[in-house]
Amino acid sequence: MSSSKTSSEASSDAEAHADPAARLIHMANQIAKTMETRRDFIPAEGLASHINDFWEPRMRRKLFELLAERPEALRPLVHEAAPLIRKPPPEGA
Amino acid sequence: MKDLIIPDLTDRDFGTPASRSKKMVTLSVDGFEVTVPEGTSVMRAAAEAGIAVPKLCATDNLESFGSCRLCLVEIEGRAGTPASCTTPVTPGMKVHTQTERVKQLRKGVMELYISDHPLDCLTCSANGDCELQDMAGAVGLREVRYEAEETHFRARANGGEANPLFLPKDESNPYFTYDPSKCIVCSRCVRACEEVQGTFALTIAGRGFDSRVSAGAVFDDFLSSACVSCGACVQACPTATLQEKSVIEIGTPDPDRSLITTCAYCGVGCSFKAEMRGDELVRMVPWKHGKANRGHSCVKGRFAYGYASHKDRILNPMIRETIDEPWREVSWEEALSFAANRLRGLQETYGRQSIGVITSSRCTNEETYLVQKLTRAVFRNNNTDTCARVCHSPTGYGLGQTYGTSAGTQDFDSVEQSDVILVIGANPTDAHPVFGSRMKKRLRQGAQLIVVDPRRTDLVKSPHIKAAHHLPLRPGTNVAVVTALAHVIVTEGLFDEAFIRERCEWDEFQDYVEFVAEPRHSPEATQMLTGVPAEELRKAARLYATGGNAAIYYGLGVTEHSQGSTTVIGIANLAMLTGNIGRPGVGVNPLRGQNNVQGSCDMGSFPHELPGYRHVKGEAARSVYEALWGVTLDPEPGLRIPNMLDAAVEGAFKGLYCQGEDILQSDPDTKHVSAGLAAMECVIVHDLFLNETANYAHVFLPGSSFLEKDGTFTNAERRINRVRKVMSPRNGYADWEITQMLANAMGAGWSYQHPSEIMEEIAVTTPSFAGVSYEKIDALGSVQWPCNEAAPEGTPLMHVEGFVRGRGKFIRTEYIPTDEKTGPRYPLLLTTGRILSQYNVGAQTRRTENVMWHDQDLLEIHPHDAELRGIREGDWVRLASRAGETSLRAKITDRVSPGVVYTTFHHPDTQANVVTTDFSDWATNCPEYKVTAVQITPSNGPSEWQKEYNLQAEAARRILPAAE
Repeated sequence: MSSSKTSSEASSDAEAHADPAARLIHMANQIAKTMETRRDFIPAEGLASHINDFWEPRMRRKLFELLAERPEALRPLVHEAAPLIRKPPPEGA
Repeated sequence: MKDLIIPDLTDRDFGTPASRSKKMVTLSVDGFEVTVPEGTSVMRAAAEAGIAVPKLCATDNLESFGSCRLCLVEIEGRAGTPASCTTPVTPGMKVHTQTERVKQLRKGVMELYISDHPLDCLTCSANGDCELQDMAGAVGLREVRYEAEETHFRARANGGEANPLFLPKDESNPYFTYDPSKCIVCSRCVRACEEVQGTFALTIAGRGFDSRVSAGAVFDDFLSSACVSCGACVQACPTATLQEKSVIEIGTPDPDRSLITTCAYCGVGCSFKAEMRGDELVRMVPWKHGKANRGHSCVKGRFAYGYASHKDRILNPMIRETIDEPWREVSWEEALSFAANRLRGLQETYGRQSIGVITSSRCTNEETYLVQKLTRAVFRNNNTDTCARVCHSPTGYGLGQTYGTSAGTQDFDSVEQSDVILVIGANPTDAHPVFGSRMKKRLRQGAQLIVVDPRRTDLVKSPHIKAAHHLPLRPGTNVAVVTALAHVIVTEGLFDEAFIRERCEWDEFQDYVEFVAEPRHSPEATQMLTGVPAEELRKAARLYATGGNAAIYYGLGVTEHSQGSTTVIGIANLAMLTGNIGRPGVGVNPLRGQNNVQGSCDMGSFPHELPGYRHVKGEAARSVYEALWGVTLDPEPGLRIPNMLDAAVEGAFKGLYCQGEDILQSDPDTKHVSAGLAAMECVIVHDLFLNETANYAHVFLPGSSFLEKDGTFTNAERRINRVRKVMSPRNGYADWEITQMLANAMGAGWSYQHPSEIMEEIAVTTPSFAGVSYEKIDALGSVQWPCNEAAPEGTPLMHVEGFVRGRGKFIRTEYIPTDEKTGPRYPLLLTTGRILSQYNVGAQTRRTENVMWHDQDLLEIHPHDAELRGIREGDWVRLASRAGETSLRAKITDRVSPGVVYTTFHHPDTQANVVTTDFSDWATNCPEYKVTAVQITPSNGPSEWQKEYNLQAEAARRILPAAE
């Protein structure tokens, strides 16, 4: 079964409805939880490649902001994968 | 490339079904030699030789019955005059169909029939379309010598008193009538209801001269009976006894004005013959050569097409500056330039990524292709998504990962060879009714059934159908159940090692075995969590693994979960484990929701994929389009529907072109959707009606119905079927033309003259469609992709020689509970689904007589839960979740388990999706419609939110009177 939640993860579930940042955090953690269980690739690589394939640049940009601003809200695997996530072009490009 | 075999696609009735035998028998009929498969009837053999033996009770979609005695023949060396429909051929048999003796006998039989039949042919609704009339002519009946004292057709006896044998017409069904006075008791309707539809609503009551067709019990009429209005009986009836009301009103169709087209409702994709009189549609008749439906239909495709001419349909383009203004009817030119200027302006102000599209799974492949092309080539971004996002996107992900292709593995015919059928999270008898009937036919022949569903659906138990195992799982625990099934198969040694060694990645199989064999995945360990009794689950697993050809059919009960993609992977694992892939009768089959979900995915509607499932990051695929379209494509994935709405709420996404979708009603968490739409500055709705989404739109482009345009739909079997224009678009343009005009208003310079040219572009650019053309579809009737040089006639079965990705890949399926949890505030789980007579948001079916079967969404609640809350049948109840609340009426039933409630989402005044949440599948963002924690309390009527919503909707739908 999945490992327990990070401290602020639980509260982010409830906020997710209203707060787009919380929704993004929820989504990233959800992918992380699945990737943590996979053995067919290195979980951090799996997470990064999933986000690279399916998240449009603005969402990735937000994710990088959240990694910096609310690091505790994101599971360790998201942090581990961060260097492998493609840096989006700057806003407005 | 081998020559195409052009099939015989005429409507000729061979009298009895074709035999499947490989052994051939040669006989002679009226001196002509004919060779047919063993088991063929003499009647069919004669028909093959071009000789039509007169008949009344026989028709080739029903087993022979031998009751009318009209098809008598003489066979050399045999005594008497056997019925040709029930006599099988034998080698060397010499048959004579037109001897003096049988001619006399047939005349006598017809004379008796006609003596109890009204002679009102000229004013009869079946005039010109009546087999009784045809046969009277064929046998040369010239006089009726009997003066019947008692008849079934005279309302009054000769003396003027009421005739007790006379039964009045039953007009209770909105689409057809039953007129007992015209009935010849051939039993074709009863047999069609049993054999084809499998409902068993009809019977013959009484004996001998008292025999009558009867729907349900003595006190029933057709509407109150178990009849599901599929139309099979009407089609089978040789007289005017069962007759479409449309034919009664309009007259018989023009035999030279009918076209074969494809139903625009569910993913079964039934072929229909649209029978016309001028430009008026008289009726839709299921086409016997349609390979998806094999001549069958359901109440929606057969009868519920009236929405296309409903008064609510909008026929002129409309615009408005802001959504609080009323609509203003304008010319096409003005509407399109208004839309184009706004979209371009938004991109200038907010950036290239600030606008996007939602393509339609209801529109044709060609239309969908153009809408995604508009995004990629004209908007120059990848912000395109489709409603498949909210239904089968996990199928694309899960089957893509494991097998290498995003589609079902079988054709529908495959079910005829299944020995075990495992249905997970699907309710085919309601949502895919024609396939449901085909499945039930196989079950009645002895195939065994396993149903995994929180509800006791009709498949679990209905006349002559009973599931061997029903696993009534708690909503949200699919992964745990599927993994437990695999646990049993692995730990009891029931897997097919030879298949796995030959076809799958061995290392990953071993890793998967190590994972599923852990005791924590055993049915005993997961029983408390899933609610499925361990012993029942074990038996089901054993049956699936060892019962012969085993096929899995699944629906949105699998995909619409936080772990939808993981369950799809788990299902793919089950089929690989047991070697149930790559031959007829087995496979993994997603039942698609809408007519063109498969096609809209194939056509590159997803923001990360170009047509043919090629990721936008791939330079090779991009370059194909860049060369053809003369633009540089964005290599970054675009926004998915939920991401578009999030971005809109945040102010980054400002303009949307939404074709043939009603996201406000169909997408979860209505308040979030409406907030997103309200934040946009240009919402273009392209639809038949002012749907709910249009309440927030600035431009309305009136759409054309499926009857009014050419194109193709691709059904759940990857079958590309033609949609043919049977009448001119009432709104002036086909939808593909409207998209082209919008693109051109933005400077695209497209010049497609016909959808076939769009298909040519699709074929040129998409490897799996390389061999597809309108000519080929016209010649073959339909074609299943992949269709290319390797498979010029298409591919009914996938992964026959090996998996598309090479070797099949097993992937671990860890159960991760959804964050949507019950608790003291919301102690019940809500799950949602469809009902037979309605379709999705109901925009079409609510505008037909189908509302007679379902005029409002009801909340199914178990008697225990209802009693605890003091709720009685029919009471208004308030249904609340953390996302919102609504009110609807209660239906107390034990079809749902205690702790689970269920409703449909067909009616906007219920708006079940105000309650569903924003949680979604981890991989694809497919919303978790199937699990919402709710509370239910007695209520006095519609909620405040519903009242406000209706007021807003009413105001938003105002249209200014046209300027004189």
